Amino acid sequence: MNALTQTAALVAKDVRSELRTRYALNALLMFVITSVATILFALREDPASPEVLGGMFWVVVFFSAMSGLSRIFVSEEEKGTALTLQLIARPTVVYFGKLLFNCGLTLILTTAITVLYVLIFPQFTVQSVPIFAATVVLGSLGFASAATIIAAIIAKANTRGTLYPVLSFPILIPLLMTVMKSTARALAGEPLVSALGELQVLVSYVLIMTGGSFLLFDYVWKD
Amino acid sequence: MNDLILSVHGLARSFNRRLVFKDLDFSVAAPGSLAITGKNGAGKSTLVKILAGIASPTKGRVTYTADGKAVDADALRERMGFVAPYLNLYEEFTAWENLAILGRIRTGTVPSAEQIGDTLRRVDLWQRRDDLVAGFSSGMKQRLKYAMAILDAPAILFLDEPTANLDADGIAIVETVVRDQQRHGILILATNDESEASWCRERIHLAGRGTDARP
Repeated sequence: MNALTQTAALVAKDVRSELRTRYALNALLMFVITSVATILFALREDPASPEVLGGMFWVVVFFSAMSGLSRIFVSEEEKGTALTLQLIARPTVVYFGKLLFNCGLTLILTTAITVLYVLIFPQFTVQSVPIFAATVVLGSLGFASAATIIAAIIAKANTRGTLYPVLSFPILIPLLMTVMKSTARALAGEPLVSALGELQVLVSYVLIMTGGSFLLFDYVWKD
Repeated sequence: MNDLILSVHGLARSFNRRLVFKDLDFSVAAPGSLAITGKNGAGKSTLVKILAGIASPTKGRVTYTADGKAVDADALRERMGFVAPYLNLYEEFTAWENLAILGRIRTGTVPSAEQIGDTLRRVDLWQRRDDLVAGFSSGMKQRLKYAMAILDAPAILFLDEPTANLDADGIAIVETVVRDQQRHGILILATNDESEASWCRERIHLAGRGTDARP
């Protein structure tokens, strides 16, 4: 119970800090706006198929996430407050606090991109809302769980900026392939049962990534 | 956490091939204090971090017992204070917010307004309680670190370069904190300064490779 309130306190601290500094939020929103605008200019003369737009949707999510989600640990290292956190909070509290914050941030990110896509691209019509909603939620959780542990690892490195997407890409490939396939099914209007395989893969990815990260985090965080 | 005892057995730390210290054996029981002295690079800060559980030794172990039972790291964390120049608080928060937020993360309960107010008065930051830490001088930040360290009456207090950045009034505050801590808990102090080291009852000198313990 105590660990839960401590985790909630850490999430509240990060939300308050983010609202004041806009460390991650500004980076994410600027990336979303510029990348969606670039796609819009590129496709102006040649309307893309829903499958291509579905793929581009996750490309925007991937690169936006890479620009913002690492801040959760990098900002603690840059401000010199990582040591303070080590002193006052057990590693489990830090890991789940940061994971929950990144989950919230990724869900806001994917929701914002969905709204932009629906408004800007007439071809991007979600025919199967349950598949799309499940894909977006599970995909966001998968992105957040992978991004959190990779952020903890690269926060200690000197070449953080380039290391983050390079290290993330191979780990995120199974997730990206699955969400793209599932999104294509949602845009094509297939029934929910046809996407069960992809959704099971996404659930497994989230569980394995979260469990593995939890076991690894103590070693990454301490030294 | 009564009768807290810190015990160190065969402690060694090296970075790659460079040995910082080895074969450290000592213990400190509450109420008590230990000064760690040594030249720059002798490993004072490294030893303090290992004792506080935020760094790992290469060899040996650090144990805490209270009332004859082992104290785990989580229980100790809630009753531990730490002040060092390399420790930072959140500059985007006010002094009051830092104590309230970090106090809640540490123990799971929000410190009372009276507790926070009293602590800020002790370090003479009451007038600046609603100012962002980003606008604080380095000495004021150091005072706020003391406020954070003593907020929950720590059973063990670690001070690394305790008077860094502090003026005469700040040093007087530190002396009071040190005296209070030695009355009820354990104080571990790392310093180069002979007068600061003299505040403690026991001393260990890190001589680079190995140690030379003096009474």
